Amino acid sequence: MTDFPHTWAHRSPRARLALWFGWLCLVALFVYCWQVMTANTIWMFIWDAPRQAADIGNRMFPPRLSYLPELMKPLWDTLNMATLGTLLGVILAVPVAFLAARNTSPSVLILRPIALFIIVASRSINSLIWALLLVAILGPGLLAGIIAIGLRSIGFIGKLLYEAIEETDIRQIEAVTATGASPTQVLNYAIVPQIMPAFWGITVFRWDINIRESAILGLVGAGGLGLKLQASLNTLAWPQVTMILLVILATVVLSEWVSAKVRGAII
Amino acid sequence: MTSYPTTWRRPPQIVTDRRWRIVLTVAVIAYLVIGVGSVDLNWQRIMEGGARGLRFINGFLQPDFTSRWKDISNGLIESLTMTLTSTVVGVAISVPIGIGAARNLAPAWVYYICRSIIAVSRSLQEIIIAIFLVAMFGFGPFAGFLTLSFATIGFIAKLLAEDIEDIDEAQAEAIRATGASWLQLVHYAVQPQVMPRLIGLSLYRLDINFRESAVIGIVGAGGIGATLNTAIDRYEYDSAGAILLVIIAIVMVAEYSSSYLRKFLQ
Repeated sequence: MTDFPHTWAHRSPRARLALWFGWLCLVALFVYCWQVMTANTIWMFIWDAPRQAADIGNRMFPPRLSYLPELMKPLWDTLNMATLGTLLGVILAVPVAFLAARNTSPSVLILRPIALFIIVASRSINSLIWALLLVAILGPGLLAGIIAIGLRSIGFIGKLLYEAIEETDIRQIEAVTATGASPTQVLNYAIVPQIMPAFWGITVFRWDINIRESAILGLVGAGGLGLKLQASLNTLAWPQVTMILLVILATVVLSEWVSAKVRGAII
Repeated sequence: MTSYPTTWRRPPQIVTDRRWRIVLTVAVIAYLVIGVGSVDLNWQRIMEGGARGLRFINGFLQPDFTSRWKDISNGLIESLTMTLTSTVVGVAISVPIGIGAARNLAPAWVYYICRSIIAVSRSLQEIIIAIFLVAMFGFGPFAGFLTLSFATIGFIAKLLAEDIEDIDEAQAEAIRATGASWLQLVHYAVQPQVMPRLIGLSLYRLDINFRESAVIGIVGAGGIGATLNTAIDRYEYDSAGAILLVIIAIVMVAEYSSSYLRKFLQ
């Protein structure tokens, strides 16, 4: 006769042991990483932080309202950078998406992995790093920002769009093929109408993200509000910094609202 | 007798009113003309950039891992340790906040406090938080660690709260019917239902935090981003190419292993 345990427990003793061991490993790893990370930390600066925070907080208020007119041109630049960058990203991403989708790719063995690599590479490098590179190559200015935003958008739009292409309804494609349509006609009349709502949704969503990103690209010299932010930070003009942050926040909230409305109307 | 058209035209899909279509087209063209016009281009500078661009592409094709390996490995260690510690701390803080932000577990006043913490954390961008934290805590990975932890809270707590609100109420009801306390309810009804997804989200956030750690170094918060910034400032494109390749490789490994682990866990 087996004796049953008197009390009920969620897990068996062995599972509990394994779980504890897993937690122990995580804690040990955390402690080790913490030691490595803080090896060069000067603790005096860290204990000093609350005082610094209070100091900066005092200097930041009230925001300098008279700075607002000067911010209108950079704001326009930021919006342009985001919009034109999204446009560039879309133009580059659409062919990549069609090459990456399993059902439209002309060669699954060669072109599809290349397209997937382009998507992953673009996604893994942040737009700020792209901007850093492009400012070094092209010189400071809006163009570097637009290209940075565009390159970064390829991965996002490409990935979501190729997933949308792969999810298209095969029956509609077969129906159009059955009329004797050429491959381009199949693309035009069977696949494109199916992915159109997804396409606009993705584009507007990315535009919204790009507004956020383009607001800070100026930190590395790519124009727009970030450039003003960098200038104000360098001269320790904290009231101006507050004003710029408020403008960025308002723009972001507004663009999020616009993008939610548009996506709600399309989908 | 009505005459039918002899050819078929595809009906418009999204904006069905013809007048609106014309207005929108004109507006878009007008914007493009004004927008592109307001980008002032310095063609001479861009021409000069061509040669540099080629040098950079060369550097990317022949990356130089060796001459700056010490800096690269230091930056990588900083980035990786920063990523792990900030994810652990961020998740640990966001679990109580996430529970507090779930409407079905928390009273109204706790709910509003937790939701506003989440909103603050989500609306501020990492890089802007990093600028402030570097100003407060000084340069180095500690400021980066704090930035990433702060950003993790908004992300994990929001998704966790939504997950808790979506749980199967029948199971919670059954546990409640046994006379369980609130803590027992969380432990036996909520935790088993959301744990797989919480682990998945944490792994996903680990992946995001590594990408972000490559960026916040640009404003002085340590990590591989700082090394990259230095390499580009010195025009050492071969080292910069090597750093970018290392970042891409780690991100790819992290992405594939985290998606594999998530599939395995769910």
